[in-house]
Amino acid sequence: MVKDVVLPEPIAREGLRILGIETSCDETAAAVVVDARDVLSSVVSSQVELHAPYGGVVPEIASRAHVEFLIPVVARALLEAGIDDDQVDAVGATVGPGLIGSLLVGVSAAKALALVWGVPFVGVNHLEAHLYAAFLEEPDLELPIVVLLVSGGHTLLVLMEGHGQYRLLGSTIDDAAGEAFDKVSRYLGLGYPGGPAIDNIALEGDPRAVEFPRAILDEGYDFSFSGLKTAVVNYVRKNPGVPIPDLAASFQEAVVDVLATKARRAAREFNAKGLCLAGGVAANSRLRERILDVCVEDGLRVFLPGRSMCTDNAAMVAAAAWWRLRSDGPSPLDVGAYPNLRLPVA
Amino acid sequence: MKSPVLRAKTNSVDDTRRLAACVAELARPGDLILLAGELGAGKTAFVQGFGAALGVPDRITSPTFTLAAHYEGRVPLHHLDVYRLEQLAEVLDTGIPELLDEGGVTLVEWGDAILPALPPDYLEIRLLFGLADDDRTLDLVPVGHRWTSRIRAIRTALAPWLEEGGVPC
Repeated sequence: MVKDVVLPEPIAREGLRILGIETSCDETAAAVVVDARDVLSSVVSSQVELHAPYGGVVPEIASRAHVEFLIPVVARALLEAGIDDDQVDAVGATVGPGLIGSLLVGVSAAKALALVWGVPFVGVNHLEAHLYAAFLEEPDLELPIVVLLVSGGHTLLVLMEGHGQYRLLGSTIDDAAGEAFDKVSRYLGLGYPGGPAIDNIALEGDPRAVEFPRAILDEGYDFSFSGLKTAVVNYVRKNPGVPIPDLAASFQEAVVDVLATKARRAAREFNAKGLCLAGGVAANSRLRERILDVCVEDGLRVFLPGRSMCTDNAAMVAAAAWWRLRSDGPSPLDVGAYPNLRLPVA
Repeated sequence: MKSPVLRAKTNSVDDTRRLAACVAELARPGDLILLAGELGAGKTAFVQGFGAALGVPDRITSPTFTLAAHYEGRVPLHHLDVYRLEQLAEVLDTGIPELLDEGGVTLVEWGDAILPALPPDYLEIRLLFGLADDDRTLDLVPVGHRWTSRIRAIRTALAPWLEEGGVPC
């Protein structure tokens, strides 16, 4: 439940236009969202091409690119939203988790804009923002829901019982799911980013070609993908001629199988009304298919945000900022950036 | 490539963690350890065992995404992963010297790729795949006085894992 905080005007009024800013990793993003529902604009400037030669995000390059792109991206977001500076009611920015140099660019810019415009600043937890991506497209999503948040840096299974009320059911004990995709992709010579690369080539492969391990499948809600990565390496060492599409499809099947199995079990155990995907790996077509199947079979509401809402964007940041503004009020301007920030759990 | 001074063998991920815990018992504030080895060799598992021995209460996961994680233990533990920076040795500013000055123990995964950027005083551990799937060979190479002076203690601590005929020192 939203905490009972009485906000001063104009924060409590309807039609709040929040500028969201996201710079936690390699996407420079800004968006204008009204009341966490209406996305007036959502601009994302991806740096993927800048980092591709290095096989992953290079922090120094990311920070410099954010500095270069942020102001034009914010200007574009306001332009596309059709509003002027003085029509922004609050500024929200991701304060963590993420790369420290990248976070600082967005946080500093957001605080400066809030100060200059004389509007509240709201520090946003990037993980919470991912949870709110679902509400942007479906504002009246009935709770509780189980959210599977899977990205390059995170693998979380969360029970969302109310707004701002989360229970962390499980997380990875070693590698994040997206990280496993990136590393296996790189090992198989499929390039970066690994998620789409494996997703595409797996379409041509047999997901049952190789029976890769499903780590800790029957125990609790934690995940482990490090052993799977090692199993792929071991298999290739012993079977050098195996077709890459079969390897990619079998690897992907193992990851998706564990994710979907645990998400389903969590939804049953906690009587969730629905199941929701979030994070970059939520764009994986096999995972979406499996989660959809699970929900149909178990009579659950399924929520699969569009691919642009799964990957990092600022609309979800603006949405989370709106909820936080209502529950906690504005953040102080001495809020910093927190690279290892965790989801606020009960 | 420098020759290993000690060669140890482990037969499972947990065995690698146990070995790492024994190395941790010898660690001092300001130490630097480099972990080299292919994908899946057990570098993060080594850091998990090492951290547990230092009394780190948190779950130690791969820091590939954020590049660095910091844990509070008996001695602070800095866990870096420069996996994605292999080709950037020449422009790298990892801030490792500052971390060492802060008094923690710093473990760097894929550290061999950024050797030019590091101070010449570290323990390099190379993890290699063995014959069976879970077998690993760990070659330990002390570099600089800080570690060469501790080689006898390391040999004693790791005795259960050491291969016969290791290079005497």
